Amino acid sequence: MYRLFVILCSFIFLASPAMAVSTTAPEELKDLYLGETLFYAFQEEWFEAIARLDTELVQHYGLDQPQLDSLFHHIGLAEFAVGDFELAYRMHQRAGRAIKAVINGNVEEEVRNEAIYRLARIYFQKDQPVNAQHALDRIQGRIPESLEDDLPFLRSQVYMVNGRFDEAINVLKELQSAKSLKGFSSYNLGIALLRVGKVTEGRSYLDQAGRVTGDTNLTSAIRDKANLVLGDRFLGVEDFDGAKEVFDRVRLEGPFSNRALLGSGWADVSAERYERALVPWTILVEREVTNLAVQEGMLALPYAYGKLGVYSKAAVLYGRALDAFGTEIDKLGASIKSIREGRFVAALAREELKQDANWVVKLRELPETPETYYLLELMASHDFQESLKNYLDLEQLRKKLGNWKGDLNAFEELVALRRTYYEPLLPRIDHQFRQLDSQMKLRLEQRDRIEKRLHAMLTVPRPDYLATAPERVHLERISRLEAKLASRSDVPADLTSRIKRLRGVIEWQIRTDYDRRLTEAFKHLYELNQYIEKLQQQYHSFVRVRQAATQSYEGYDDPIRRQRIHIAEAEREVGILMARQGHLLEVMAVTELTERRERLEEFLVKARFAIADSYDRATRAQAEDEVKQQQEELKQQEETKKQDQTLNEIKPQVVGQDQQQELKQPEAGKEQSQSPGAAQPQMRGEELLQELKPREKIKEQGQVPEEAQPQVESGNTSAEPEKSRQEVNKEDRARESSGQAPMEQKPNGIPEQLPAAEKEEVKS
Amino acid sequence: MKKMLTIMVSMVLLCLCSAVVFGQDITREQLKGLDEQIQEIKGDVLGIATELNQLEERLLYPSNSEIAVFMALAEGGKFRLDSVEIQVDGKPVAYHLYTFKELEALQKGGVQRVYTGNVKTGTHDIQVSFKGKTNGGSDIERSENFKVQKKVRPAFVEIRLAQDEITLNDR
Repeated sequence: MYRLFVILCSFIFLASPAMAVSTTAPEELKDLYLGETLFYAFQEEWFEAIARLDTELVQHYGLDQPQLDSLFHHIGLAEFAVGDFELAYRMHQRAGRAIKAVINGNVEEEVRNEAIYRLARIYFQKDQPVNAQHALDRIQGRIPESLEDDLPFLRSQVYMVNGRFDEAINVLKELQSAKSLKGFSSYNLGIALLRVGKVTEGRSYLDQAGRVTGDTNLTSAIRDKANLVLGDRFLGVEDFDGAKEVFDRVRLEGPFSNRALLGSGWADVSAERYERALVPWTILVEREVTNLAVQEGMLALPYAYGKLGVYSKAAVLYGRALDAFGTEIDKLGASIKSIREGRFVAALAREELKQDANWVVKLRELPETPETYYLLELMASHDFQESLKNYLDLEQLRKKLGNWKGDLNAFEELVALRRTYYEPLLPRIDHQFRQLDSQMKLRLEQRDRIEKRLHAMLTVPRPDYLATAPERVHLERISRLEAKLASRSDVPADLTSRIKRLRGVIEWQIRTDYDRRLTEAFKHLYELNQYIEKLQQQYHSFVRVRQAATQSYEGYDDPIRRQRIHIAEAEREVGILMARQGHLLEVMAVTELTERRERLEEFLVKARFAIADSYDRATRAQAEDEVKQQQEELKQQEETKKQDQTLNEIKPQVVGQDQQQELKQPEAGKEQSQSPGAAQPQMRGEELLQELKPREKIKEQGQVPEEAQPQVESGNTSAEPEKSRQEVNKEDRARESSGQAPMEQKPNGIPEQLPAAEKEEVKS
Repeated sequence: MKKMLTIMVSMVLLCLCSAVVFGQDITREQLKGLDEQIQEIKGDVLGIATELNQLEERLLYPSNSEIAVFMALAEGGKFRLDSVEIQVDGKPVAYHLYTFKELEALQKGGVQRVYTGNVKTGTHDIQVSFKGKTNGGSDIERSENFKVQKKVRPAFVEIRLAQDEITLNDR
């Protein structure tokens, strides 16, 4: 009952399909770096995902105008995603902080409610159900469509963990039609109903969960789990047919298959259908021997054979179990020794194994690594799993920090090379640039002046500004001539008029051609602008390159030094934490494996006892057969004697005295066979029957009471000194190698040969 | 005297027993405490990673020369992508073989940064080739050439692969 309670309680927490990361890609992705983050998150590379998203968020918030950044369109999603990823990376504290920041921010009702939901989920996962309840109570108003089922489901789980089963039942009943929770809602409802004492209704919902259709891993798992729990429940109330039916619904391959096969067999045995129990148990014993259910099955199968009276087969199977347990105890011993020598954590961190999704199983197959034989079994413990994940995360961090140190060395070298290259070059380049820069500035000023003048000419025409160079020269000469003529009094009149005409011609030309010239000037200005633009582009490009050249080696020393210090500190911290976590893992592993070994040692004692019992029974059966056979022989002899007497009476005086003596011999033979030969087996059979009774009772209980064990051991010691397990195994192996075992069975189930030592043990 | 001895032995045994229990409690507490410390160190290392990412980008890919090529699958693209090759100005710069997990991540809407490098401002040729298989199992092999204008700011090139076409989006 306690076991069932523990199973039920643990399943409440496990039966949740909605614990995966819920971040999905947006319909229209505007920020490629967010897409890259999702690329890593979808591969469950959480560290990469968080680091990249953090970088993006830091850059985004560092911008003067973040609204112009492409991440701005997805900032809500990014904030949620980072919390989601942190949660998946088991950084609950940081995830909680990130989500609280969203809740306290100025966000829409739906976003706030989603954030509260996520926070409640974190509390629930971290075994803080009261906080989870308080968080859920804060949800008000509209909720996002995506949470329509998940929110009430989480609410029901929190109710259940807080012992508010009636409220959980109300919520779960409304969720029965939710397709995304197929199986899970029925399962949890069944559990909740059982907890409030509504057994029939609870079983009915568990049965419903056990029949749920669907091929996904989650659906199959919850279906198997429901059937297993229901089967245990039926066994508890001695409904063996019901138990058998539901146990048989569990898939033959799956996390619950071994326990279901074991349960199925026990259901049959409890209903005294021993033959039917052989089927599941025969399948079970062929499986991985490290599994607890398989180990139990190895004792259960010969028990069923014993019940069917096939003692020799039972003895052989007990012998196999004995061998297997012995081997496993040796492996456990080697595992414990190896773990204590510190090889366990080193084996866990083997990089090549991480390439394989099935690495936990692969570890067991590795030669020379006894420390990891039982890793799969150890993984069943939540604490161990979490610790192992933490250890592997730390190992990942350690490797990253080591790589980063190498990166920093490369960065430093790069910076030094750049400095060596640029520093001698830059002063000369700077000098040339300064000269060019001053020329450029001069020309640009000229251009600006011209442009200003041309624009002014649009309102105040100044044709003289547009005179050509020859015109200006001519006008200058004319002016000079006019000046000369002005100082003289004897100037011919026609000369003055000619000079005036010349001036007039030039001015005519300038004024009449003014519009064309102005247009032309603007065209040239436009062309000049284009050149100027190119010049400025080049100028800016040069300035950028010049800046980049400096920036390529300036300003890195401090950040690199700072990073180096941070990395060294983190490396030291990671080393300490790894040592502590590794030690705890070793302690947990050794504790668990020691328990397993003790349990196996108990099994070993049971198997030894049971094998002796089986041989006893087999011998008794053999003795009974021999007695029967001898009795039949005696009967035949008596009949023969009677026939002979009749013949003698018919043929009197024909046969002599010697012949009469010969005819009497069978009678003497009868007496002889009766006295030592026939009487002894009869007596031994009686004794064995007397001796087997308590053992029979013990076997029926399915376990050896503590008080029974010393008897077996003292029995052994009386016959011969108590053998060590290795010695027993050695004997068993020797027996197998000598061809004596496994023993072929006669139709009556008696072994052909019994090893001398075992015969002794049986007799004792 | 005997009684005294018995009491002392009992006390020693009691201490031993309580030490075991205490030891187990400490272990559980240690697990919790250690978990919190590990969360903290994870945060610290993530902080270092963020700073290093920024430092690396600044040092190796200055914004005026940075070009990043991103790979995405067209919506509903359910073909099996095996490999992608990128050439910039005729030079192969990236080649990637896809694992099942990576392909699944792309199909879910993730975007892979397949290449980050430096180029001068101006026009550049980008050749994208990919190999894969259709749902029916037949081979696909496609290649396309594109022109990309690299300006002063970083160039982000998004390449979307579909079974029968490759599109490029220059951002």
